[in-house]
Amino acid sequence: MTAVEVTDLRKEFIRREGRLRRRRVPALRGVTLTIERGECVAVLGANGSGKSTLVRLLATLLLHDGGTATVFGHDVFAEPRAVRRLVNRVSVEASFFKKMSSTENLSYAARFYGLTPKETSGRIPEILERVGFPVDRRGESMEALSRGMQQKVALARALLTSPVLLLLDEPTTGLDPRSKLEVQKFIREVRRAHDATILLCTHDLDEAEALADRIGILADGQLIALGTAQELKDRCGVETLEKAFFAATGRALAEDAEDED
Amino acid sequence: MRGAAATLRGELIGLAGVVERNVYIVKRYVWWEVAFFVWTVANTLTIVFIAKGIEAAGGTIDVDRTTTILLIGAVIWAYLGIIFEILTETVQWERWEGTIEYTFMAPLSRPMHLAGMGVFSVVYGVVRAVLLFVIVAAMFDLGLPNANFASAAVVLAVASVSFVGIGMMTAVLPLISPEKGVQLGFIAQGILLVVSGVYYPVDVLPGWMQALATISPATYALEGIRHAILDGAGVGAVWSDIWPLLLIGAVAVPLGLEVFRRGERYAKRHGKLKRSG
Repeated sequence: MTAVEVTDLRKEFIRREGRLRRRRVPALRGVTLTIERGECVAVLGANGSGKSTLVRLLATLLLHDGGTATVFGHDVFAEPRAVRRLVNRVSVEASFFKKMSSTENLSYAARFYGLTPKETSGRIPEILERVGFPVDRRGESMEALSRGMQQKVALARALLTSPVLLLLDEPTTGLDPRSKLEVQKFIREVRRAHDATILLCTHDLDEAEALADRIGILADGQLIALGTAQELKDRCGVETLEKAFFAATGRALAEDAEDED
Repeated sequence: MRGAAATLRGELIGLAGVVERNVYIVKRYVWWEVAFFVWTVANTLTIVFIAKGIEAAGGTIDVDRTTTILLIGAVIWAYLGIIFEILTETVQWERWEGTIEYTFMAPLSRPMHLAGMGVFSVVYGVVRAVLLFVIVAAMFDLGLPNANFASAAVVLAVASVSFVGIGMMTAVLPLISPEKGVQLGFIAQGILLVVSGVYYPVDVLPGWMQALATISPATYALEGIRHAILDGAGVGAVWSDIWPLLLIGAVAVPLGLEVFRRGERYAKRHGKLKRSG
């Protein structure tokens, strides 16, 4: 079954140039992509390549300028509420009410998905434990937690709503190596245990190769390659994914520009 | 039928979630809330002392009656301020914390989301307004022998619907202007009250302002509450203030939802739902 079907998806932003002039800047230029149920697809791209725009469009946070996108058969732009029930997201910023505790943040967020206090009272501690969050720190405000801890709570928030499509937008960027491995381990476990479909946007080549079934390369808003890691390497006649990325885009992934989408 | 009931249940749980979140916020910022309340009391006193000041300057007025008129004006100003502030924070605070995208991608419908903010703002605003009124009335030893508080509460409850509707319209401003949207909300609050006779009769206003007063819910709220507290008017006697409030509320809430919907579409089209701060 197809989980995500994106066809010729286009999105532009208007950039101000001076007081009066405005210029349309394409963020996605006709992206076409299909993700099967239970599959994990990684999208590699430098900052500003359109990864976050793709995730935001699928999360119903942006309106498109052309093309189509469906999630489990539901049109993302015509049936956003149906899509929202199926999707959750973990992004590079953990994003919580900083003075509130992890339990408080998870509690109210779960209500937005129709989960009652009775349902979450047992489920929140269970999920926090599964992501490796220390029991004795559940009452502490989020601002007292490390980035790695906050990201674990972000994963717990996403899982609490049992999403069938998980959008991961650079979930391990900025984490220390140990936290990074823990989060990656948990992503694998989620996929195995929940049969979740995952779209992973990252600029971490090792992460993409370790977690994804297929890898896409997004450059300047265009999906210029899509296949297994081995297929990408074979297609470019190189031995590493890094070299394949360089061959496909003409530049190394480290040559980042500032994210503009 | 069962599907509709399940949807409604989910929506009501979501609405409760909005209230729950705001309760957590108040709990976590409780000392700031106390400090803000002290400021509101001080601000109210600066207005209410005017009655005594007029008497001290040789003016002949009924000091208790004038004090009560000013106190009601100041309490309604503070109440409206809280409603607008909480509703505007729907966008502004979430944007600052970075949670806005998570809230807006949740399956909770926007009317229920805003209704949750409205319910919390009204409950929280009423608690503050009652405390403010009681404290200042006690300081000025206002007896209020004729006061019909039940009737005043009915007027406030009906007016709150309109206030929430207008608050929804101001809540959208930070979506359009992340930097100055909240300040525009304060401007709306000020304009609403200045034309509504907050500390003076509407009759003293220029004609064009009086015309605006007829469509402002604050005009009828202030008139009705003053009539109930000063003259002991029952619900029947303040009906002339209640029916315009019902009418304005019936227009303000759908209009507020539509304005917010359009603002949300604008923000989604231009990528303005993102974190800022």
